[in-house]
Parts: sequence; C-alpha cells; structure tokens
Amino acid sequence: MSSLFVSRSPVSNFPWLSALTFLPLIGGSAVLLLGRARRSAARLAALTFAAAALAITILLWCRLDPAFGGMQFQEWHSWAPDIGLQYHVGLDGLSLLMLAISSIVVLMSIAASQSDSQNDSKNNPEQGSAYLALLLFLESGLFGTFTALNFLHWFLFWELSLIPAFFLIRLWGGAGRARAATRFFIYTMVGSIILLLAFLAIFLASGTFDFIELARMAQTGQLASAIGQNLHWHQWDAGRITMVLFWGAFLGFAVKTPVVPFHGWLPSAYAEAPSETTMALTGVLSKMGVYGFLRILLPIFPAQMWRGRTILLWFAVASVVLPAFTAWAQTDLKRIFAYSSINHLGYCILGIVAVARPLGSGPGVAAAKAAALTGVMLQLFSHAITAATLFWFVALLEKRSGGLRGLNDFGGLRRVMPVFSGMMGIALFASLGLPGLIGFPGEFLIFKGAFSLAWWATALALLGLLMTAVFLLTILQRVFSGPLSERWASIPDLTLTERLLLAPGVALIFVMGLYPQLISGMLHGTVMQFVAQVGF
Amino acid sequence: MTGSSYLELLRLTAPEIIVALAGLFVLVLDLTFLRQATLAIRFRSAVIAACTGCVLALVGLEKVSPQGALPSGMLVANPLTQLIQIALLLLAILVLLFGASADFTQNVGEYCSLVLFATTAMMLLVSTQNLLVIFITIEFLSLSLYVLTGFDKNSARSAEAALKYFLFGGMSAGILLFGMSLLYGISGSIALKPIAAAVNTSPGDPMLTLAIVMMLAGFGFKVAAAPFHMWAPEVYQGAPTSSAALVASSSKVASFFALFLLFYLALMGAAGNAGWGNYSSGWTLLIAAVAAVSMLWGNLAAIAQTSVRRLLAYSAIGHAGYMLVALVAHSPQSLAALVYYVLTYALATLGAFGVLSALETERVDSIADFSGLGKRAPGLSFCLLVFLLSLAGIPPLAGFFGKFYVFVSALNLPQHFALLWLVLLALVMSAVSLYYYLKVLKQVYVSEPKAETSAIAVPLTTSVAVWATAALVVVLGCFPDMLLNRIAAALMIAFR
Amino acid sequence: MLAWTIYISFLGAIAVTFAPGKSTAVARVTALFTALAGLGIAIVAVVHNHSGELTTIVRTSWIPQLGIEYHLAADGISLTLVLLTGVAAVAGILFSWNIERRVKEFFALYLVLIGAVYGVFLSFDLLLLFVFYEIAIIPKYFLIAIWGSTRREYAAMKLVLYSFAGSALVLAGIIAAYCVAGARTLNLEALAHFPFPASFQMWAFPLVFVGFAVLAGMWPFHTWAPTGHAAAPTAASMLLAGVVMKLGAYGCLRVAMMLFPRGLDSWGFRALGFGSWQQVFAVLAVIGIVYGATIALVQRDFKFVIGYSSVSHMGFVLLGLMTLNRIGLSGAVYQMFSHGIVAGLLFAVVGRMVYDRTHTRDLRELSRIPLGRLIPFAAVTFAVASMASIGLPGFSGFIAELQVLIGTWQSFPWMSCVAGLGILIGIAFSWRALQAAFFGDAAKTATPEHVFPPITFPERLGAYLLIVSTIVTGLYPRLLMDLILPSLNSALFEGLRRGASR
Repeated sequence: MSSLFVSRSPVSNFPWLSALTFLPLIGGSAVLLLGRARRSAARLAALTFAAAALAITILLWCRLDPAFGGMQFQEWHSWAPDIGLQYHVGLDGLSLLMLAISSIVVLMSIAASQSDSQNDSKNNPEQGSAYLALLLFLESGLFGTFTALNFLHWFLFWELSLIPAFFLIRLWGGAGRARAATRFFIYTMVGSIILLLAFLAIFLASGTFDFIELARMAQTGQLASAIGQNLHWHQWDAGRITMVLFWGAFLGFAVKTPVVPFHGWLPSAYAEAPSETTMALTGVLSKMGVYGFLRILLPIFPAQMWRGRTILLWFAVASVVLPAFTAWAQTDLKRIFAYSSINHLGYCILGIVAVARPLGSGPGVAAAKAAALTGVMLQLFSHAITAATLFWFVALLEKRSGGLRGLNDFGGLRRVMPVFSGMMGIALFASLGLPGLIGFPGEFLIFKGAFSLAWWATALALLGLLMTAVFLLTILQRVFSGPLSERWASIPDLTLTERLLLAPGVALIFVMGLYPQLISGMLHGTVMQFVAQVGF
Repeated sequence: MTGSSYLELLRLTAPEIIVALAGLFVLVLDLTFLRQATLAIRFRSAVIAACTGCVLALVGLEKVSPQGALPSGMLVANPLTQLIQIALLLLAILVLLFGASADFTQNVGEYCSLVLFATTAMMLLVSTQNLLVIFITIEFLSLSLYVLTGFDKNSARSAEAALKYFLFGGMSAGILLFGMSLLYGISGSIALKPIAAAVNTSPGDPMLTLAIVMMLAGFGFKVAAAPFHMWAPEVYQGAPTSSAALVASSSKVASFFALFLLFYLALMGAAGNAGWGNYSSGWTLLIAAVAAVSMLWGNLAAIAQTSVRRLLAYSAIGHAGYMLVALVAHSPQSLAALVYYVLTYALATLGAFGVLSALETERVDSIADFSGLGKRAPGLSFCLLVFLLSLAGIPPLAGFFGKFYVFVSALNLPQHFALLWLVLLALVMSAVSLYYYLKVLKQVYVSEPKAETSAIAVPLTTSVAVWATAALVVVLGCFPDMLLNRIAAALMIAFR
Repeated sequence: MLAWTIYISFLGAIAVTFAPGKSTAVARVTALFTALAGLGIAIVAVVHNHSGELTTIVRTSWIPQLGIEYHLAADGISLTLVLLTGVAAVAGILFSWNIERRVKEFFALYLVLIGAVYGVFLSFDLLLLFVFYEIAIIPKYFLIAIWGSTRREYAAMKLVLYSFAGSALVLAGIIAAYCVAGARTLNLEALAHFPFPASFQMWAFPLVFVGFAVLAGMWPFHTWAPTGHAAAPTAASMLLAGVVMKLGAYGCLRVAMMLFPRGLDSWGFRALGFGSWQQVFAVLAVIGIVYGATIALVQRDFKFVIGYSSVSHMGFVLLGLMTLNRIGLSGAVYQMFSHGIVAGLLFAVVGRMVYDRTHTRDLRELSRIPLGRLIPFAAVTFAVASMASIGLPGFSGFIAELQVLIGTWQSFPWMSCVAGLGILIGIAFSWRALQAAFFGDAAKTATPEHVFPPITFPERLGAYLLIVSTIVTGLYPRLLMDLILPSLNSALFEGLRRGASR
C-alpha cells in the first residue's frame, strides 16, 4: 500500500491541504462566535477567511508541478483501518481546479451576501453570521471533497457539504423553500445512499476504499477478478455485478450533477434559494457531481462506461437539449439560469462519456480524448464563473426590483442602468459560448474531442447549443431592450462598490476566454494521466 | 408395642407434644387467668404463650433433633422432616404474630390453641409414611382449619367460607379415604414401603389407577389444585386474615410434602411418563394435566379478580400448578426444589397476608382500596412489593430462585426436555402472573391516595413480623444456598 | 473496580431514598454524582483495557449447590456498552433536573435501573446475567407508570409484560442449556466452549434469541417500544431506547449467538423460502428497519416518530448480528453504542426541551410555533441528532450502519438494498420532523403564549455530552473498534466464526 505513495510527487512537509480544508471550518466557527457581538465584524471575518482560502489556493496553483499527472501534496494518516477508512488527501490538476472554483465562488457569494437587514422580501431573514458561517462550512466541505482520495473520507465531506446547503435553502429561501429544500434533500440523499451501497460492495470485494488503488486495480483487471471472487450474488458473473455497481455509483453522481432525468430537485432548489446562495450552489455544488464522474467513475469503471455508452450518451444528450428547451419556456430568470446550468453541465457529461473508449479503437483517439477532457475541465471552470456571476446579477436586480425577477417584469433596462446591462450582457454572452469569452474554449474543445469519439451524440447536442443561444438572447431582448416601463424609470444602476466587487468576475470572463492556456497548461499532466488511465 | 417403643414414640414426637401442650396451656391460661383482661392483653398474652411453645419445640428440633422411625412407617423422623417441621413452626409463629393485634373474636384462647393444634397436625403429617396416619392427621388439620375459617362469627362471609370449606373438605376426605382403602386392598398394607413393592409388581392394575385418581383428588383439594380448588377463593376472602394466612402457607407446605412423599415412596412403579410425544399412562401424566390446568386456570382467572384476597387465592392455584411440575419430575432433586419452592412460596404468601392483616382495620379488600398505599404506609408497601414480586418470580427474590430450581429439576432428567412443554407453559404463565401482581402494585405506588385518608398506623408486632418475612424472602433469594444446603444435606440422609 | 459501577448505582439508590429532608436538590445531586462516578469508572476501565481483552473482575461462588457463580467480567463489547450506560445515565439525570414530583423515588428507581443494566453487561454467569436483566424490568414499570405521560399505565404494563414474556423464553433456554451441559455450571466462558448438540442448538437458539430480541424491539415484537418510549418521562425514554433496548441486543449476541452458534446453520430444508434461522431473523430485522421508518414517517406525535425510529435503528443491530461476519457483528455493536447516544439525544430534545416547554408533541401544533427561533439551541441539537440518527458521515451512526451494510452485502446482498431503502425513509422522517417541529412555516411570529423558559444549564450540559460522544466516536471510530473487534475475534466467538466460514 505505502509503495504507492513513494512517488516522485513533491512531498510537502506542511499539510497544505488539511490546512486549507480546516481553515473555513475555523473561520465559520469564528464567524458564529463573532456574530453575537458584532455583525459587521462577522462579515469582515468571513470575507477574510474566504480570501485567505483563495490565497492558499493560488499558492498551491503556483507550487503544483503541472507536468506531473499524479497526486501531489499527499497526506496520509491511518484513521480506521478496519473499515478501510484513511485520511488520504492529494492534489492534481483537476482537484486544484476545483479548489480554485470553490474558493472563488464562495468568496463571491460572501461578497454578494446582503448585510443590511432592510431586506425587501420579508420572507427572507437577514443573512447574518449564521448564514456566513454556513457558507464557510460549505466551503470546507467542498475543499475536503475535492482533495480526498479515500472513498469514505471523500463521502464524509461530500455529505457534510450538503448540510449547509440544505439549511441555506431551508432557512433563507423564498416562499417555496420548504418544498425545495425537501426535494433537494431527498434527491441527493437517495443518490448518496445508492452510491454508498455500491461502494460498500466494492470495498467488500477489493478491501480498499482508496481511489488511486481502485483505479489501479481497475486498470489491471484485478478489480473485476476480486469482484468475481468475493461477491456471490445469485451466481451472477463478475461483469454483471460490476455493471450493477457502476450504475449505482452513476446514479449517485447523476442526481448530483444533475443528469436529465434525475434533475427534478434542481430548478426549485436554485429558484427558491436566495440568489446569493444559488451562486454557490450552481458554481460549486453542481460541480461535485461532474468531479465525481471524473475522479471516480471514469478511472474505476471505464469499461463499464464503454459498455453502457449508448444509454449514457442519450442521458448526456438529453441533459444538453431538453433543459435548453425548457429554459426557453420559463419566465423566471432564476429558473432559466437553473435549466441553463443543467444544459452546460450536460456538455461535461457528454465529454466524459465520450472519453470512455478503448485507446486502440481508432486513430487519433488519444488526442481527441485529451481535447475532450481538457474541454470538460475548462467548462467546469467557465460555468462556475459565469453562472455565479449571472446569479449575482439576478440578486442585484432582485434587490432593486423588490424581489421581481420575471422575464416579463422588465424591459429597456439598458437605458436606465447601462453598466449593469453591459456587464450582465458580457456574462450572458460568455454563457452562450461566444468566442473570446470564457465559455468558448471549453465547449469548443468538448465538441472537437467528442465529435470524433461519439459523433451522433455530439451532433444532437449541437441542437442544445442552438437553443442556448435562443433563450439567452431572449433574456437580452426582454430585459434590457424594448420599451422601458414607467415603473423602472428610476431604478438605480450599480453602485461603485458593486462595480468593484463584480469587476474581477467579469475580468476573469475575458482573461480566461483569451488565455485559456492559463488553466489548460496547469491541467496538462493531469489530462495525460487520465487519458492513459482510461485507455483500458 | 413394648415400653421401649413407647419411649421411642415420646422421644420422636416430643416437638409435636410440646406444641400440643402449648395449645392446651394457652386455652387454660385464657379461660382462667385472663378472663377479666381486655382483648388486647388477652391476645398478646396468648400469642406470647403460643409462640413460646413453638420456640421450645424449635429449640428441641434444632438442638436434640431426635431421629428414627417407628414400625410400618408410623412415624419417621429424619433431618428432612425436621426441616419441614422447623419451617412449619416458624410459619406458625409468624401467623400468631400477625393475629396478635386482631379483634375479630372474643375467643382468644381457642383461636391460638387451634393454630397450634393445626400446626401439630401438620408436623405429624410430614413425618409419617403410613396411610392411616396420613389420613388421620389430614383430618385433624382440616378440622382445625374449618373452625379457624369460620372463626369470625360476625361475618357472614366467614361462616359461608367455613361451610363451603367443610363440605368440600368432607367430600374430598371421603374420596381420599376410598382411594387409600383401595390401595390397602391391592397391597394389603398401610405402610408406604410395602405398598411400593406391591405397586411395582402390578403397575397396570385398574384398581390401582382408580386409587391413584381418588387420592389425587383428595390431595388436590388440600393443595388447591384445579379442578379441586373451588373452596380456595371463598376461604381466602372470607376467613379471618391470620386463618387465611395459615391455610395459604403452612397447610400448603405440609400437604405438598406429604403428597410428594406419598407418590414418590409408594407409587413410583406406576409413574408412567408425561414426556412430550412419548406418553405412557401413569400418575405423572395425570398430575401433569392437573398442573397444566392449575397453571392456566389459576393465572388466567386471577386476572379478572378485583379482590386482593381472591387474587391471592387464584395465584395460589397457579402456584400449586408450578409445584406439581416438581412432582411430575419426581426425582430427589425435584423434591429438593419442591421443598425450596413451597417454603419460599409460603413465606411470600404469608407476608402478603401479613400486610393484609395490618390493613384489617382499614377494611381493605378490593384492589382499588390499595390506591396510594405507598404514601400512607411506605414500609408496609415496600414489603408488599417484595412479596408480590417474589410470587411473580422476579429475581433476586426467593420466588424466582424457587421457580428456577423447580424448572431445572424438571428438565434435568435422564430424558432431557421431556417436560419442556410443561416448563414453557409455566414460564409463560408466570409472565401472565406478573400482570395481576403489578395491577395491585400499580394501585399501591402509582395511584394517588383517595381523599380523606391518612397515614396508617401499623401494630408493632405485625410490622416486625412483616419486615422479618420480607427480609427472609430477600435473603433466601440472594443466598439460596443457606436453605439449599440444608435441604440437600437432609435429603442425603433421608434417602440414604 | 468495574464492579463498582453496579454497587455504586445501587448504593446511590439507597442514599437517594434516605436523603435527608424534603429538599430535592440533595437527591438530584446525589444521583448525578452517582452516575458520574459510574461513568468515571467506565472511562478508566476503557483506558486501562483498551485492547478489549476478557478480564475477570470478580469471581466467587454464589450457589455452589448448582455450580452458579457470582462472576463479573468484561471484554470489549461489555466495555463499550458499559461506557454507553455511563454516558446515558449522566445525560438522563441532567435532563431530569426539572422533575419535581416524588423526586427521591424517581432517582432511586433510575439508579436501580442503571445498576441492573451495568450488571447485565458485566455478568459472565448466565444466571447472574438473567437476574440483573430481570431486576431492570421493575423500575422501568414504575418510572413510566408514575412519571410518564400519554397512556402511561398502559404503556408501562405493555412494556413490562413484553419484557417478562421475552425473559420467560430466555429462562427456558438458560435452564435447558444448563441441563444439557451437565447441570454443573452456568459460566458463560465454559458454556461457550461446551459442545452443545447441534439439534439442541437448533431450537434453543431461536428460543433465547427471540426472548432477548423482544427487548431489542425486533419486528413483530416491537410494539411495546413506541408506546413505552412515548409514555415514559424523558430520562426513562432516554434510558429505554438508549440502553435497555441494548440489553436485548446484547443478550442476543452474548447468549443466543455465542452459546448456540450452530442454531444459525442451515436447517437442511426450506420452509416458506427460509433455509435457516439466520435468514428468518435477518428478514425480520430488515422488515423492522423499513417498517419502523415508514411508520415514523406518518406519525403525528413527535415522540412516536422517535419511538419508531428506534425500532428501525435496532433493526440495524439485529441485521448486523445476523450477517454473522466480523464486520457486520462489529457494526451491530457499534450501532448499539451509537443508537444509545443518538436516541438519548433525540428523546432529550423531544421530551425535555420541547414537550416540557410547549406541553404538546403534536407535530401539527408544533409547526404553528416558531420553535426554531424561540429555542434555537433545541433546534440545533435536534438537527445534529437527526444527522447522527440518519447516519451522516462524521457521526457514530455512519460508522455503524456502514459496517452493517458491508456485512449485509456479504451475507444477504438484496437485503442491503432494502436496508438502504430503510435509511432513505429514515432520512425522510427525520427531515419531516425537523421541519415540522422547528421550522414550521405556519407561524411567522411568536405570540405571547409562546414564551418559553430558556434552555437551562443542565440541559445544555447533557446535550453537549451526547453530541460530543456521537461526534468523537463518529470521527475516531478506532476508539470503540479497538475494543469491539478483538472481542469478536476472541475464543468466545469461535463457534460463531467457524459457522460463518462454513
């Protein structure tokens, strides 16, 4: 076991990853304690801790060896060996990307949170210290999820990151929050339990919960033989059992991402959560599912994904196309963006499923895989930034309109709030995938890679791309153009503070659109490692 | 009979004689010197005198412990019988103490002497192995008990109970005598050992079967086993408390012991088999049936009772069933178990009646009258808790261990688990019994006392006697070896 | 020294009874210190014996005539449960600080119950174990019947009769085993190594197992549990669900399974689709899991929700036992501990924090009171307890259910899916109760009649104690695993292991 860890990965003597994970946890507790005494201090502390987390992430970004694809900054402690539980964390390009997303989005979310108690919607209680603490706890859970390399350890944080999310929706959400939170809770729990059950069976067969070890066993075929030896279910053969386990695990992640048709919880959860929370939900929480696909399903079950690819591709296509149509039919801005989220993550699923393909099955497969994987990861980043920014704009709009956010409630806003309209327009175009903005490189690479790997599905998915353009342009038209209603004649534009807070996000949209190498360069080693791993 | 054997007779029956003389002395004392004294003084003096007699007999048994046997089993004195006699004397003392503060009768001397005469009869009953003596002592005992039952002349209930007891008793005595005469006809002897030999030679004799059925019916009446139990609820309810206590405790001890000896010594050859699936005809089967019916009927009928005394009566029927299980097993170990059980059972029941006697002035009868007793008389209530839980068989009280030992002896036979069905039934029924005991205790502890009730003053003697009984029940439960060792040692000598 | 947990509790009961004067404070404090002493001893014992070896504490002849000994000993399983008892006892007293009626009697009975429970977990002579097991029954009755609430007398009687009927079966089994083994000893160690005939084990096992499982709340003998829990006063429900149900499960493992392992073997024929007692009881356990959770989902009485959840969670214990593999068994023991703590916490919130303030347990009525804002501490505590109860990672319940599920995957693959369903329903009812009770939307503002006394210091202390216990054992499972696993590997369970490998 330990030989695995004697690799050429840079051994860090400071437990950066643990420190990063527990920093927001400490921060959250501090905020809770401070909150009793002084409200503004609590807010400042929350911002400080989130910023510190971002700083550590940037530090790690600088110190990560981008060429090496394996795990770096590993920490390993015995925890409960009898049940295969170990404290094992590590960092590769993918994890680092996720850490970056989490720290940026949570920071944005905290910055966006409303400190004043003059909330327009009286249903929404003040987003005080408890709110901020929950956001920080959420961040801690995310960090843990994205660095853990032992299933149980990972699962611990995976579940713990849900708890703050539940309460954020339940306690600070809109009118339908009870229902939304319940749906969210039940859906994700169903997924989690099925996932857990599948992994317990895998543990029973293989004796380990370690992702790296399991991926190695899957690559060498040991996993299948272990399952054949140790699980005797009604005389099923190993292939069948593995397939069942794969579908179980798939379901867990599919609910979380979500993949159509397991997305029932998402629209209401996103719409009912306060927009500042939805930023975090869509920015990071939905990425957990995709991360699971990449970190767990793809390396451990490549052959099963290959066997089930037809169905999986249909799922992916459905996730791309159907939400796009649904979004078109919505009038609530938040619901539109919620469906658009499903659609954008659908591209990721498409890329991932396409990648699960034997290396020798055609020329140029490796290159296509690399392109698709890079695309998927870029897409994760871009969607996180874009969606979070968009929901921020919705939050600002809601604040000004007194809670209104319908497509038909506005019109001609660009005349009275030009800065707002311009900046939100940029985000909308980024979401649409306009070249030069952050959305483009990811989607382009996914389509480029996936087309040679699964042409028909990719072709169908193009339809979704089209529809995305349609409904996003509709927003532009209905909200910002057209005649200005009397009601909004005096609606204020963005204040200077708001502009300054939003500026980094918008800047990222441009910068990463123009220089995607900033990210893809860092991901290079990881992607190559994945390509090799999935080449069963 | 020669002179020496008369001397032997005197030596062996010295304890019984002491008790009988004490009875006469009490009678004389009360009728002559205490004529003018108040009732309380008369009761106290009589009880002191009677108890002194018992204590003298006790000391005689403990210190001298005469042993030996008269011809044809007329009188057999061995450590086992002496152990039972000691127990009977102790029970008699307790009964007398409970009665010390009673006021139901003016005939104090007669009452106390009758208690002593009954005790004498029982002492003789347990130390004989002769049909004739068995019958005579049983009749002696019964007559005393009839009178004791009807002693409260102011109570119609008491009279009715006595009449009922007498009628049933007379009939069953006839049946018992008939059975015994048949047995005599078969074997030509009234001593148990020759009878055993005769039975061994012809165990299938129909006359023998008839004799066994008859004797079982007779004894079934004495031990209040269903279906011969009809008198018990009436007597328990109607008789003066201390008389009922005597009926419920020591008469049970003596009768069960005699019953076991009779069947074990004389009728071993016709035992048959009551094991599940391989029955063969014999008295064990018969007794097993009686035991099962007693357990079922006693415990189930007790649930429906509203009078505590009737409840105790039905519970006694149930307990008779458990004890008959030991008889079904009929091994030396089961005799030890039976002795332990019947002694601890007698103590617990006696204790319960003791508590009732302390409440006599309150006219407590129905369960509802017990409400809030826990507050009105905490000590008495605690003792009642101990007695009832012991009867229910809750460890670490004596009753639990008695049950455990009886059931062990029933299963610890050459063919294991033949009697498992009976044991399981007994266990299930003991679970049922907890229900009605708890019903009483619920009133005592859970329910609030009724309005206008105050603390209850308990006479000192009763209090002491009740606490002593409770202590015995607890101690015998925690350290069953204290009694068990004596029983085992006595058995060793008696059945050497 | 561990034996003193028993003696101290009984002595404490006597001391409380004869505590001077009318003052209730003396009785309370005495009881608290008694329980604390028990907990302290338990902790010291765990620290001393951290490898879970079987150590004899006292061994002396008790009834030499029958070869019965007064034999107290502890292995890791006993220690785990003794620790649980200690924690639950202290927490229970803290949560009954507000008892005002018949205080001395309450704490005396409570301590007698605690002492008996310690006794059961530490007894290594079967008769002694049974004696303590029975002693525990009577205090339960009075605790519920005197200080209880809804239909208390009925509930108390039901509980006692169920327990007593179960123990009648157990007694039959004990006597039978005693006779078969030659009527010389009831020492558990000796009996564990005695080769009971397979045919005997085949019927003795179910007899004893069912007898104990009644108290463990096995479906369909569980009906005493919800009514009993609901009627009992807070501290008693905490003990009932927390510890007393564990007595049953402990008996199942320690007596039925340890002595009669071959009773779990295949019958050699199939009846109604079952081929062995193992399958029968596993199915009953799974039914219990799903049934308990489902019924809890539709209850209106808050306490009944928790009561049925106990049935569901005890189902995991029984399921773990029936997997017969090491990980399942250790999961079962872990679940005993975990459920003890969590159920205690849940009942504390429902019975003490909520009911004693609002005087209603009807979820619909509660949803009209903004409890989450009025007593936020209770809301947070209940949220934490629910999370622990549904087995979220980081809490003890997760470690326990995880192991049970792994074990079940091995022995009964399809049952683990059903158990998973049970967990899901469990999640649903916990969420429902949490929402309805604390975050009800019906009432937005507090009305004047909704002014509740604040959470008292003893309540906080008790809640912290239980929360810390479940989190510590959830995050650092080795604390208990190192006690449990060596004990399951010891020679005592050899028969069970041999059966499992076959």
